[in-house]
Amino acid sequence: MYTRELINKISFNVIQGRVEAEDEGFDEGLEGQPAVTELVHMALEKGVDPKAIVIDGLTKAMELVGEKFERGEYLIPDMLASAECVSAAMDIMGSHLVHAGVKSKGKFVIATVAGDLHDIGKNIVSIMLKGSGYEVVDLGSDVPTEKIVTSVKEQQAPYLGLSALLTSTMWVMEEVINKLKKEGLYGNVKVLIGGAPISQSFADKIGAYAYCRNAFEAIEILKGETR
Amino acid sequence: MEEHYRKGAIVKPYERLSMDQIRWLDQASMEILSEPGIWSMNERAAKLFKSYGARVWEEKEENSFCWRVSLPSGLVREAIGHAPSRIVLGARKAENRLLLEADVPRVYFGSGSEANIWLETEIEEYVSTTDESYKIMAPRFRELRGNSQLLSRAAKLCEYLEHLDFFIRPLNIQDPEITPENHDVNKFFASLNNITKHVQAGLTNLEKLKDVVRMAEIIAGGSETLRENPIISFITCVFKSPLQLVDDTAEKVFAIVNSGLPLVISSSPQGGSTAPIQEAGMVAQINAEILAGIVLTQLIRPGAPVLYGSVPVRARLDNLHDLYGCPEFNQYNIDCVQLARFYKIPCYSTAGVGDASLPGMQATFEKLFTHLYVAMSGAQYIHYAFGLLNRTNTFCPLQAVLDNEHIGMIKECLRQPKVGPSLVEDVPKLVKKVMSSPHRLYARHIRKALHAGEVSSPYRFETSGLNDRVLENALDYMTRLEGKLSPYLDNATVERIYREVPGLLPGLKNVAQ
Repeated sequence: MYTRELINKISFNVIQGRVEAEDEGFDEGLEGQPAVTELVHMALEKGVDPKAIVIDGLTKAMELVGEKFERGEYLIPDMLASAECVSAAMDIMGSHLVHAGVKSKGKFVIATVAGDLHDIGKNIVSIMLKGSGYEVVDLGSDVPTEKIVTSVKEQQAPYLGLSALLTSTMWVMEEVINKLKKEGLYGNVKVLIGGAPISQSFADKIGAYAYCRNAFEAIEILKGETR
Repeated sequence: MEEHYRKGAIVKPYERLSMDQIRWLDQASMEILSEPGIWSMNERAAKLFKSYGARVWEEKEENSFCWRVSLPSGLVREAIGHAPSRIVLGARKAENRLLLEADVPRVYFGSGSEANIWLETEIEEYVSTTDESYKIMAPRFRELRGNSQLLSRAAKLCEYLEHLDFFIRPLNIQDPEITPENHDVNKFFASLNNITKHVQAGLTNLEKLKDVVRMAEIIAGGSETLRENPIISFITCVFKSPLQLVDDTAEKVFAIVNSGLPLVISSSPQGGSTAPIQEAGMVAQINAEILAGIVLTQLIRPGAPVLYGSVPVRARLDNLHDLYGCPEFNQYNIDCVQLARFYKIPCYSTAGVGDASLPGMQATFEKLFTHLYVAMSGAQYIHYAFGLLNRTNTFCPLQAVLDNEHIGMIKECLRQPKVGPSLVEDVPKLVKKVMSSPHRLYARHIRKALHAGEVSSPYRFETSGLNDRVLENALDYMTRLEGKLSPYLDNATVERIYREVPGLLPGLKNVAQ
């Protein structure tokens, strides 16, 4: 298989949302055919430039997926499937990308705050960000404030995402921000917050950088930052 | 003809009555039919009953005369045993045919009644008198007298309501040109020219049956083809409750049965006035009335296709009007569905009438409350289900669109479980796969079902924010449906009908386009 053909196939399978050969796609009859995982391995074995895989195979495909979502042709599960494809491809290419000089769009530490076990929204944001080219450090749910701040410090992350679903736990976000201030990290990290009880006024009140209603808003806000 | 039918929803029937209770009600109905029996205003029916062993005697009162008929249970049981358990109701489009089987709880929903009023809806902007910046869109309603053009419009709209399985004319046509002589042909033509689903109506004038049947024969492609694919059928309310067999309707039953087309024997007693209000009394009486009507059809012609038509309602006790959105309505109707199943006759049942006069919260509650319960019972043919308000006096097309949406959800809700060995076998594999993934989310793995249409959609007319825009959204949707082309009959067929069937209004040929 030629380089161009391989990259096109990777792109096609990202749009179809097929991580592995056994996955079904958006269209019928694709099960069993090589998917993103198998194709990326093949591409690397054939010496295809990882930069070309990222730019022509993954990024462009995700842009098309975004357009399909905008048109209502794709729903959230389709978007997530495609984002997982990109995420899987990036994991496989890890060291190759470093050698090829491909940089991530930035480190993004993300967590659901202490006392809160809800993680669906946080996971969706995590998958979508990874699929958009960010290096995501997902700390999980019910994460102690101390651990979040330590991670930001160790990773030297420019972005922190905090999630909470409960009115009782949303105030922990303020604790995290106060701790960041105390540690002298507040000026270096932009804190994005989200969750059902969160609002713009709450974000303003606790000193968060931005309130994001969903994963797409988070990506849009970050686009402005990394442009 | 190949066997194509509308899918319907095959449900697991919810049964209120135990088999003992069914037998007690059956026995009570048999006793009623024997003593006091029925009051027949029709001589031919009385004589026919007598010729098969019923005890019949003349009864004169000061201002009336009738034949009293005492039906022995043996005669009743033998006659209803001839009624077919499987009935096909045809349609212009083969895939719109309906298969009614007494022992299969396959539920179909359709329109019904013959309302005098058409309720038109317009959406207007309203401004707060205390804050001019606050504006809302709200409906404004207008009542129109039913006419043939509006009936054509109703038929066309119902063609595009995907969850409406059959069409009973929901509107009485009251054009100045309509007379008792041309009412039937225009009613049927306005319907048949604008919908490809099964069409059913009552017969206003017995003399016009042959014209209506001729029209249907032309559309179906001949006399024999019509009997194989009966694109029309008839409703006969042959009993005036309590227990009085109506003279002219009985004659219609003779004629329709002899035409070979399907008919409904329908009875609609009102609990509290023309029947007992208590469940046992109401159900025993309506069952007796329906059985007597079905016996008549089977004595006229054994094997005649007939539906067990139950329309039991309850009286409001403040004004003795019908009351539809109440628990007793569901109880009466579900009991009748079970009795029809007991007699192995497909059931024409009733649900979805709003006591409310306007679309809104009350109407939605009343409709959903009865649609869901009666569908759960496994009634094969649920009429009155679309657009009826103000009891059955108003047909509102916007309401029909709203009803279509929740009937679709009910069908999906009650469908058979999708649980089988191959489906279950895949479950542990999927769980294992997801649990070994970083975020343990199933979202990616639901896409096959999603794109195969196996995952239901959110409410079609949902609204966001603090303004309720459901009616506005539904009206937009209705406008889009009404913008589609009418499924007209082809020109040659229409011309032939106009040549051979007298009395058709010239303007009806192309009204709903």
